Amino acid sequence: MSVMKVHGNSFSTSTQRVLAFLYEKDIEFQFVNVDMAAGEHKSENFLLLNPFGQVPAFEEGDLKLFESRAITEYIVQEYNDKGTQLLLPGSNKTMAVLQLWKEVEAHRFNPPSTKLVFELHYKPFFGMATDTAVVEESEAELAKVLDVYEARLAQSKYLACDHFTLADLHHLPNVHYLMGSSAKKLFDSRPHVSAWVADIMARPAWSKVLDKQKQ
Amino acid sequence: MATPVKVHGPPLSTAVSRVLACLIEKDVPFQHVPVNMAKGEHKSPDFLKIQPFGQVPAFQDEAISLFESRAICRYVCEKYAENGNKWLYGTNPLAKASIDQWVEAEGQSFNPPSSVLVFQLAFAPRMNLKQDQSLISQNEAKLEKVLEVYEKRLGESRFLAGDDFSLADLSHLPNAHYLANVADRGEMFTSKKNVGRWWGEISSRDSWKKVVEMQKQST
Repeated sequence: MSVMKVHGNSFSTSTQRVLAFLYEKDIEFQFVNVDMAAGEHKSENFLLLNPFGQVPAFEEGDLKLFESRAITEYIVQEYNDKGTQLLLPGSNKTMAVLQLWKEVEAHRFNPPSTKLVFELHYKPFFGMATDTAVVEESEAELAKVLDVYEARLAQSKYLACDHFTLADLHHLPNVHYLMGSSAKKLFDSRPHVSAWVADIMARPAWSKVLDKQKQ
Repeated sequence: MATPVKVHGPPLSTAVSRVLACLIEKDVPFQHVPVNMAKGEHKSPDFLKIQPFGQVPAFQDEAISLFESRAICRYVCEKYAENGNKWLYGTNPLAKASIDQWVEAEGQSFNPPSSVLVFQLAFAPRMNLKQDQSLISQNEAKLEKVLEVYEKRLGESRFLAGDDFSLADLSHLPNAHYLANVADRGEMFTSKKNVGRWWGEISSRDSWKKVVEMQKQST
C-alpha cells in the first residue's frame, strides 16, 4: 500500500480542510510542507502536482489529485470503513443530500467567508490594510447564507443529517478564523448555527489541525 | 409526457442549463418547469421550500428534492448510471476522482471570473445595467490565467479529466457558451490551440445543442 502524501501549508484553509479530514479518518499520511513565503507553490515541481499553483496537493502512489474537496471525496469513498463515518451511506437519495450540503459549503458559504478570512485574518497578519467595503459586502452575503443554515439546523442536528459528515467538516477552516474575528457576531446571533459551530470546533481532529500550526 | 423528474428554472440560467445538459447526456426524460424570475417567483414562499436560497435550479424526482446544479448532476449520474452516456461521471473510482477534481476546478477557478464576465457582458446590457469596466478587466485577467492552465492540461489530455467527455467538461458549457456567443469573448478560447480544440468539441455535442435550442425557444 502506497503512503499518502499531502503537500500543503498548515496555515492554508484548504490544506487544513484535508488535514482535518485525515485526522477524523485516522489515516496515516506524510505531510510535505510547501514554503509559500518562498513561492514554492509556484515552482515547476509543485505545478506538476497542482497546475493552478495552489495548496494542497495529494499523492498516493501514481495517483495525484488537487482541489481539497475532490481529495476528501476520493479518500472518503475509498476509506469509508476507517475512522469516523463521514458519509451518509444507504442510497442515492441520502448521498445526494450530503452532496447538496457539500456544494452549499463550496459555492454559498465559501466565497463570502473566504473573502472575510482574507480581510479580517490574513491581511492584518501580513500587515496589510483591511478593505472595509469588502467586509461589509461579504458579511451581508454571509448573513443571508447563515439564515438558511439557521433554518436548516433547527430541523437537523448537522447540515446533511443527524451526524457529523464531510459537509460539516469542510466548513471548519473558515469558521475557525471567522470566530476569531469581528465576523463572529454573524454566528453568535444565530442560536442553532452557534451551537453547531461550537460542536464542530470542539472535535479532537480539529484540535490536532490547530496543534500542527504550532509545530 | 408525465415524468417524475422536474427541473425548475429558466433554461437561460447558466446553472439550470448545466442540469439540462446533464439530463440530456444521460438520456433521462424530464419535465421543465418555468420560474418567472422577473416576477420574483424564485423568492416566493413556495419556491423557497424547494430552494431555500431562492436561486435556480431546483430539481425533484420521485425520491428527492435537490438544489445546487453540480450536486444535481452528480445525483443524476449516480442514479441513472446505466442510462445514456455511461462515462459522464467515470466508471471507476480513479476516473471519478479526476472528474471530481476538474469539476471542483471549474467551480472554484473557472466559474467565479467567468460568471462575473457573463453577467457584465451578456446580461447587464440586456437589463440596462451599467457595466463595471474595472470588474471586467480584473476578471478577464483572472480567467486568462485559468485558461493558460487549461491550455497546458488539454495538450496532455483530450478532455479535462481524461480521454472521455465528462461532467467536468460539461460543467463549463453554460458560462463558456455565453462568453463565446453573446459576450464576444470567443477569442479567449479560440486563440489557444488546445482550449480552442476542446471548446469546439464540447460545444458541438448534441446534448449542448439541444440545451441551446431550449434557450432560444424560451425567449
